[in-house]
Amino acid sequence: MPELPFSLKNQIIWDRLIAIVEDQAQALVRTAFSTTVREAGDLSAGLFDSKGRMLAQAITGTPGHVNAMAASVTFFLDKFPLESLRKGDVLLTNDPWLGTGHLNDFTVVTPVFNDNTAIGVFAATSHIADVGGLGFGADGKQVYEEGINLPIGYLFEEGKINETLISILRTNVRDPDAAEGDLYSLASCNKLATDRLLETMKEFSLENLEEIADIIINRSENAMLAEIRQLPEGSWKNSMRIDGYDDPIDLNCEVSISHRGITIDWKGTSSKKPKGINVPLTYAQAYSSFGVRCVVGNDIPNNSGSLSPITVNAPYGCILNAPRPAAVSARHTIGQMLPDVVLGALDTVVKSGVIAEGAACLYGPVFYGGKDFILNSSSKSFVMNAFYTGGTGARPEKDGLSCTAFPSGVRGTPVEITENTSPMLILKKEYRTGSGGIGKYRGGLGQIIEFTHLNKESFFVSKMFDRIKHPPRGRRGGHDGENAKVYLKHGKPINGMGRELIEGGMTLVLETAGGGGLGNPDMRDPESVENDKRAELIRTGIFSRVIRVIKELLV
Amino acid sequence: MNKNNPLRLAVDIGGTFTDVVLEKPDKETISHKLLTNHDNPEDSVLLGIELLLDKGGHVPEEVGVIIHGTTLATNALIERRGARTAFLTTRGHRDTLEIAHEERFEQYDIDIERAKPLVPRHLRIPIEERIDRDGNVLIPLNPSSIIDAIKTIDTYKIESVAVGYLHSYVNPSQEEMTRKLLTSYRPELTVSLSSEVAPEIREYERFSTTACNAYVRPLISTYLNKMHEDLQKKGLTCPFLLMTSGGGLTTLETASKFPIRLVESGPAGGAILASKIAKQLSQDSILSFDMGGTTAKLCLIDRGKPRISRQFEIDRSYRFKKGSGLPLKIPVVEMVEIGAGGGSIARVDKMNRIKVGPESAGSDPGPSCYDLGGKNPAVTDADLLLGKIVSSKFPFDLSIKNSENSIAKNICEKLNISEVDAAYGITEVVDENMANAARAHATEYGLDISLRDLVAFGGSAPMHAARLGEKLNAKRILIPKNAAVGSALGFLLASSSYEVVRSRRMNLENFDSDEINKVYKDMRKEAFSIIDQAAPGAKLRETRQASMRYCGQGHELNITIPNKILTRENSKELRNLFESEYMKLYGYGIERVNIEVLSWSLTLMEDIDLLLPEYKAREKTSLPEPSFHQRFFDIDNKEFIDIPVYERELIDPSNIIEGPALVTEKQTTTVLPTGFNLHVDKLGNIVMEKKNA
Repeated sequence: MPELPFSLKNQIIWDRLIAIVEDQAQALVRTAFSTTVREAGDLSAGLFDSKGRMLAQAITGTPGHVNAMAASVTFFLDKFPLESLRKGDVLLTNDPWLGTGHLNDFTVVTPVFNDNTAIGVFAATSHIADVGGLGFGADGKQVYEEGINLPIGYLFEEGKINETLISILRTNVRDPDAAEGDLYSLASCNKLATDRLLETMKEFSLENLEEIADIIINRSENAMLAEIRQLPEGSWKNSMRIDGYDDPIDLNCEVSISHRGITIDWKGTSSKKPKGINVPLTYAQAYSSFGVRCVVGNDIPNNSGSLSPITVNAPYGCILNAPRPAAVSARHTIGQMLPDVVLGALDTVVKSGVIAEGAACLYGPVFYGGKDFILNSSSKSFVMNAFYTGGTGARPEKDGLSCTAFPSGVRGTPVEITENTSPMLILKKEYRTGSGGIGKYRGGLGQIIEFTHLNKESFFVSKMFDRIKHPPRGRRGGHDGENAKVYLKHGKPINGMGRELIEGGMTLVLETAGGGGLGNPDMRDPESVENDKRAELIRTGIFSRVIRVIKELLV
Repeated sequence: MNKNNPLRLAVDIGGTFTDVVLEKPDKETISHKLLTNHDNPEDSVLLGIELLLDKGGHVPEEVGVIIHGTTLATNALIERRGARTAFLTTRGHRDTLEIAHEERFEQYDIDIERAKPLVPRHLRIPIEERIDRDGNVLIPLNPSSIIDAIKTIDTYKIESVAVGYLHSYVNPSQEEMTRKLLTSYRPELTVSLSSEVAPEIREYERFSTTACNAYVRPLISTYLNKMHEDLQKKGLTCPFLLMTSGGGLTTLETASKFPIRLVESGPAGGAILASKIAKQLSQDSILSFDMGGTTAKLCLIDRGKPRISRQFEIDRSYRFKKGSGLPLKIPVVEMVEIGAGGGSIARVDKMNRIKVGPESAGSDPGPSCYDLGGKNPAVTDADLLLGKIVSSKFPFDLSIKNSENSIAKNICEKLNISEVDAAYGITEVVDENMANAARAHATEYGLDISLRDLVAFGGSAPMHAARLGEKLNAKRILIPKNAAVGSALGFLLASSSYEVVRSRRMNLENFDSDEINKVYKDMRKEAFSIIDQAAPGAKLRETRQASMRYCGQGHELNITIPNKILTRENSKELRNLFESEYMKLYGYGIERVNIEVLSWSLTLMEDIDLLLPEYKAREKTSLPEPSFHQRFFDIDNKEFIDIPVYERELIDPSNIIEGPALVTEKQTTTVLPTGFNLHVDKLGNIVMEKKNA
């Protein structure tokens, strides 16, 4: 093959590394057992050099894994330095503080050997549906209640599976086959990526990754800094109050921009709670920087270079830097709110303005039922975790997106899949009229979903819902989106967090939040108003005017 | 086809051109390319046929069959030019078509728009009815909600109706009853049922396919019937068959009912051509490579066949990105399509990397060298600058000055490199993009990409095929004869086939063989009734597949299963078939986990094997004289040199040409780089091979 000019060759190798981690992620999706991975894209995959620097990461449904995985690999290499690893070794952990923030996420790290030298590692993370304990939910008081916690250790040692570990895991979870299958799935996607990397290194006669790593990291960092330097220097503050479990949580942030980078500081944020909604720092860092990346350098690939100009701090002991043994299972309910807080701070900084607040919360009820859970039931036990979304905030120059995940990128669960994997019956799942905040640009609509049991048995639902008491706020004169609601049909409202028994024959209703509007509603283009009316996306007539007056009085 | 009407005709309507190919009894073909008349596409077809018959001195009565493929359905969907369509659906689920997957297909771009549904909200009509997962009726169809629907249908002058109810893939009765009621009140309405169009689990995909079908149905059915009439008036009374996206032929009647199966017929034709070449050259593994102005399509062919999947997405409007289009559950030749073509635009990104595509300059304004106002450097500009295009063979004049200017301004100034280095960078990056897509596609199916023959067609492919082949470690690179009308040639080699599918979820531990035997009996009957019209009395081949996975997984594998009456004991055999395929793909099986089947399919196919004509070996002749020499950038030595340019039709099978050289023909140029040899094989393909390889 012809010798490529130096710079072109490096670019081609870089592109190839990105293609390899994307393949790694796709292989994981195809073999996963966990519904959240395969249907919702809750996973990540990346390549690291021998110094533990991240060179490439697949773009998946979970920005929460971005910095978290980078940090995680450092913990792995601290405990098992690369020189100590042998061919066929595969490591794993699901420790929330060493991985991606809760026990359900298993990270698997595989060293890559070129001849006999370890030149880097592949890492992959996927969400395993059940890890024992209380189950996926917000009810834990300490992490010990939330399931099995495996410290960093061997999954395979010189090619031999760690049978002790597998049997400990199988004994402690509700669906041992799926858990075991998912670990194989993680190991095999790393294997596939390893083979591809070695072929690439051979093709380009590379001995190791250091030279290409320096280029990737320097160029990405410089590109990121160049973007940041176009912003004004200074500090901006924003705060948001959200529901939390029992009492509201204040998220306060200060974003400081200098020519050296962007610092996000969460001082003044509420302290940790005795519930499963605390956030380990790496996860808070991931969602905070995602907020910045939505408006600054969003086309620069994720790697140690592009991540380094953004620093995120949170005081030790606050809910965004919750130390062990805080309960963390539903850490995403808080983490997902962070981009909107950061974006709010940047509203006057970024020329084009920023998106209004959206539902942000991913509404992921977990349904339980059958003989193991319900007294006097004789039917087969089931656990079903489905995902639903609300509306996103209105965007500068555009309406928000209805029923679309943001900042999480996961997919919703099809009705027919939920009904086939569990006896849940979904009577209704459609747009929630009038839920998008009005404005020059309207917020996206939430949805209304009605659940009941096909055979009228009782069932449990574990809820991790926010935005019930505190709706997504509009921006620049746009109105708030409608807050979320959970209640029994023709009955009482229900808490947004925690596990609840729904009596046989009752119907549980979930209304997800709508996004906030942007700009003065009177400025809205009349044709868009007509379209919204015809499609019944907004409430019309006297009712809507009354609501508007009440809202204005409240403001 | 018999002695009295021995001619066969293929017609392919593409976005820009209509290709007509006439096959004579000796299998020789003549072809004609003309611009598509977008208002009356049938006019271009009739004109093309007339011209070709005249050219060969034939009369219409001699034609034995006409095979037609068209992008009309695709274009109507992309341009949203279909019928006013209403969608009747289970009450409480009115927005399924719009809520879709609830995802953002591009994580870091907050400005994306999701695909707009074909049926707006006010035409999505809730119907009182409900079926559960096992097919039990929970709420019987309420006729009064159909009456209400008819009011909306009348008010909005609806031309086509789609019906999609939850779980109709297990129990279609309420959908069928709905059609009965609708047509009893409004006999002129065409009604598409989700249980017929795409009877598979996952409501969004099923409804989307059904809505798309209904949306193009009036247009396509009118077009096809008019065309059929016009053909008959011209004396072309022979059978008229349609090419489907799955690579099989079907009748006018079936095509009018399920026009959605006609999308992607062109690419399917290309894949068939490549498959036949593979078979006739006894090559097991081929990669077909079609590169046009905007996109490149790559298709893996193994054991002489392309893979057929039941998953497709049409109108990927955001950088060809997965998730940005409308999903279709139809049998389709599996291929990967990326935004890499002659018109793909090159730029420099923030990390000082050259990026190419997926944005395309299209044909208007086109690459800078077209001189139609295009200011962005495109792949064709780079090819021209490097001397890979024989300008005199191009349909119009090209301005190399414009190419130099746009490359200088957009690439060289930013990177401080020479124009030649920039042009070389552009071609290298676009070739690498295609190679990466091919590798990812092969990985998806656990197949090896290397040591395949690369079969290249489409306007831009012959210029890039050798370098792509090198990157993928291809065995040889083949440029078929008449590559410019490759799809239509493929139509002539296709046989009739029809696929039927049913969702019946079943754990192999509780394998109900009676139920499955019954399902297969029904499916065979349905497939036979259709295939018997397309190929009456033909010998048939049956293929059965089951989509299987480990219980709890979400991704299924399509496994070919034996054609026989199954018994309970066969569950072990099905398990083994799945596990061996799974092992091949992912390297391990999972002993402790049960296996389940989601859906069962059956394909009936006419059992004939049409072949490409072979050329007899002739006396050795000497190498033809090159027409002229052209300045060409030699990558290996990094300098411009003069290389010979040969006319393709003058190259004899006994000649061997050493690279570097160019071979020209109508519409395209084949680039033979240094280090490669070229000859023409018995099928008329150009074959390029690495020396000493």
